[in-house]
Amino acid sequence: MTERIPFPSHRDEREQFKARLTAAALFIIVLSLVLLLRYFSLQVLQYEDYRTQSERNRVHLQPVPPSRGLIYDRGGVLLADNRPSSTLVAISERVGDIDAALAELQKLIDIEPEDVEKFRQQVRNQRPFELVPLKFRLTEEEIAILAVNRYRLAGFEVKAELARYYTQGPYFAHVLGYVGRISESEQAGLDAVNYSGTHVVGKTGIEKFYEDTLHGRVGYENVETNARGRVLRALDRTDPQRGRDLILSIDADTQRVAYQALGDQRGAVVAIDPNNGDVIAFVSTPGFDPNLFVGGISGKDYRALNDSPDLPLYNRATMGQYPPGSTVKPLMGLAGLEYELVTPFTVVADPGWYRLPNDRRHYRDWKRGGHGRSIDLHAAIEQSCDIYFYTLAYKLGVDRIHAFNSQFGLGRASGIDLPIERAGLLPSQAWKRERRREPWYPGETLSVGIGQGYLLATPLQLAVATAAIASRGKLFRPRILKSISQEIPEPPQFEQVELNNPANWDEIWRGMEAVVHGPKGTAKGISRDVSYRIAGKTGTAQVIGIAQGENYDASSIAERHRDHALFIAFAPVERPRIALAVVVENGEHGSSTAAPVARRVMDTYLQKKWPVSAGEGELVAW
Amino acid sequence: MSHGDFVRQLPTGAGNLRTSPPLLQRLHIDLPLFVLLLALTATGLLVLFSASDRNWSALARQGTYFALAYAAMLVVSQLDVRFFRGVAPYAYAGGVLLLIAVLFFGTGAKGAQRWLAIPGLPRFQPAEILKLVMPMTVAWYLARRVLPPVPGDVLAALAIVGVPTLLIARQPDLGTALLVAASGLLVLFFAGLRWWYILTAMLLVVAGSFPAWNFLLHDYQKQRILTLLDPESDKLGAGWNIIQSKTAIGSGGWEGKGWLAGTQSHLDFLPESHTDFIIAVLAEEFGLVGVALLLGLYLLIIARCIVICLNAQDTFARLLGGSITVTFFIYVFVNMGMVSGLLPVVGVPLPLVSQGGTALTTLMVGFGILMSISTEDKKITR
Repeated sequence: MTERIPFPSHRDEREQFKARLTAAALFIIVLSLVLLLRYFSLQVLQYEDYRTQSERNRVHLQPVPPSRGLIYDRGGVLLADNRPSSTLVAISERVGDIDAALAELQKLIDIEPEDVEKFRQQVRNQRPFELVPLKFRLTEEEIAILAVNRYRLAGFEVKAELARYYTQGPYFAHVLGYVGRISESEQAGLDAVNYSGTHVVGKTGIEKFYEDTLHGRVGYENVETNARGRVLRALDRTDPQRGRDLILSIDADTQRVAYQALGDQRGAVVAIDPNNGDVIAFVSTPGFDPNLFVGGISGKDYRALNDSPDLPLYNRATMGQYPPGSTVKPLMGLAGLEYELVTPFTVVADPGWYRLPNDRRHYRDWKRGGHGRSIDLHAAIEQSCDIYFYTLAYKLGVDRIHAFNSQFGLGRASGIDLPIERAGLLPSQAWKRERRREPWYPGETLSVGIGQGYLLATPLQLAVATAAIASRGKLFRPRILKSISQEIPEPPQFEQVELNNPANWDEIWRGMEAVVHGPKGTAKGISRDVSYRIAGKTGTAQVIGIAQGENYDASSIAERHRDHALFIAFAPVERPRIALAVVVENGEHGSSTAAPVARRVMDTYLQKKWPVSAGEGELVAW
Repeated sequence: MSHGDFVRQLPTGAGNLRTSPPLLQRLHIDLPLFVLLLALTATGLLVLFSASDRNWSALARQGTYFALAYAAMLVVSQLDVRFFRGVAPYAYAGGVLLLIAVLFFGTGAKGAQRWLAIPGLPRFQPAEILKLVMPMTVAWYLARRVLPPVPGDVLAALAIVGVPTLLIARQPDLGTALLVAASGLLVLFFAGLRWWYILTAMLLVVAGSFPAWNFLLHDYQKQRILTLLDPESDKLGAGWNIIQSKTAIGSGGWEGKGWLAGTQSHLDFLPESHTDFIIAVLAEEFGLVGVALLLGLYLLIIARCIVICLNAQDTFARLLGGSITVTFFIYVFVNMGMVSGLLPVVGVPLPLVSQGGTALTTLMVGFGILMSISTEDKKITR
């Protein structure tokens, strides 16, 4: 027993140590085998799983948004461009605590509360590892600040993108509309895959109507990302298909002149080519800068636009419904001729008032004392004689007025390529029974006969109807889009208004020509120094009332009670190339406020020198 | 003991038929061990270069650490084994005092005080010193006793092991405490501690682990163990490290993705890729083949150390050498085990491969001791 041996045997102790060392060596070999087995299990048996996991870690499929199609005017002027812009985006999965990160960010750069709210909304609805924009259009300074603090902002990234830029500012605001951040409700209606990399969508105007064409097809790239979500390099890529460019029929110069001619006044101008329905100018004033909406408008800017009593966001050309007033008289006259109730030689005596049979009420002419003892159709149009048209309207009756004018597009949507338009109102007995549950009174027919009463039309409808007169019966579907790049434009669509006697067109044309060029023409003021012949018609529409609950100050109320001024025209009479309608809200007299606007627009368009190839596809060079 | 005991003397004597000892013997360098260590060092630098993302300055810094550690090894190898035996009790007393000082004046992060900053000296962890002083002291104590040790000696040895272990555990640094304790207990094992003692102790440890779980372990320590059992329970938190390191290892396959081509490590998915988790970089880039070769290299080093221990001249040298050898393997095993999800994450670097100078120096000093043992004058056994 070792205990009893005071000096242990050296050899025994050595043998003992050898045994223990052997045991230790065995222990080491066993544990080494355990390790080897463990690594074998991970690296060989579970290799596929971990390789997949590692690839998933590393490689991340990222959508590449297509660049939005550009928009040009008919002459190749760039209207809607894409300009480089920097956007702060985030992959929320990699951010961690979003609240803390946002607080951190807000210490560095200003972020609008609206942007933060939109961001949170989008984070809630995003697909995994999707880039969610937080702030668009970063300034150089903001980019620098973010770059310096990048290490603190895991999951955030500044991304170079293309952002919409509207070169023409307010001139085209109501035509082009604008793009803006995709809202939660819009998201539901969009193709989630195709829009996976897109942050904006057309909200109004052409941008909305041709969204599908402009957007293009999303591309993809496999990107290698690190653990913090930073993209390091692209591995392979499927290029996006860029959106297609649009060429509008609008002429930028004419458009600008129309906008400027309206000046500070609220109103609208719609000009159409009567040969094919192409929209030449389409203006609603006041306008606004559509660039404000790209990437989200600030709350302050939006309130300023939305709360303005001038309603700059309101598209008067398609949404404003006005009594057409006397501008409807050429159509009434045409109806009278067609239904053979009058001839060009039929005369009416105008004492300044009109009375229905068995009715004591006097319906007054706008001109006290009347226009004379023998007014024929030509003079009635030239001088805008109300009594002549009271008489005619009474003979026609409301239903024939309805039937005839309906052929000219009144009371129904024009079918223009914009997202929304109003149909106006072309009353009939049936309509009144149905909607008002009241019979039609003969006196109401008289009001309709001079474009008042229930009759309502948008400036666009008036322009379309005028173009139909100018084209001798071709009611075109108005088109703002001339062509899509590299595509043959579709032929214009129209409905033909057939007259029993085509000579009746000439009667009406002559009357309208006299409005501008005749000695007693109501718009003879605009004929000075004109080098071409204009056919037109003035109109004045009574403002029925002011919407309840709007509190303008007294002077402004008075101003807004004034009559609306209207003017329709086409020119040159020999071979019409432009037909238009002008409405100036509270402009009082069509002759003094609306007609001069029309003159400037027609001058610009008709005196323009067009390139030889103008008119068809290849006019845009890029 | 006279002063002369500490000074080696070259074999002298005219007419000695043996040629004078070879140069390496005179420099106290064990050639096989030295070559194997150099091979491991080269491997370590190669992997580190990749793990640090081709960072030349990190490589240069680690190269400097290696140079210093090799120098330390060579200095230590010049010392006679009896020197270590002589200083062991004083070094132990000093080490315990420093550990007590750490409890009061220590600095550190994440709620643990491990470092001691003494003015004029670089900041260091006293626990690191104990890694070598502990087996030295237990060996010093037992070498003078009858072996296998009698119960009283076992208790005394356990006391020597227990005091610093508890002090380190209080810092708290459970991983180091267990490793330090192991280095001391291994001496007891090599001294011939009866197997039934060992088995009884193991049973007691298992039985004691339940109260230990409830009363002794800190929350973060429990978390590590829980995370080990189910890493998926906390994918982005504590489980992230293990999931990512297992992914790195597993995706390496047989042959690996190639040097500098590991995606897990280069894209920052792998945490601590140049320190504790560096084996995952090697496994990802060189595959199972690389892992097996590295493990083989470690085993060759251990085999050489075992040979050295077998040829050692006295009990103290054998006990100390045996403990150092097995402790070295434990480091390897714990590190490779924890990175592959076999053991909880305890913060043990991979010997001679992980970046860092402290652990490296301790290890190389240990190899210096082994070289000293190896190149000792072969005296005739009594």
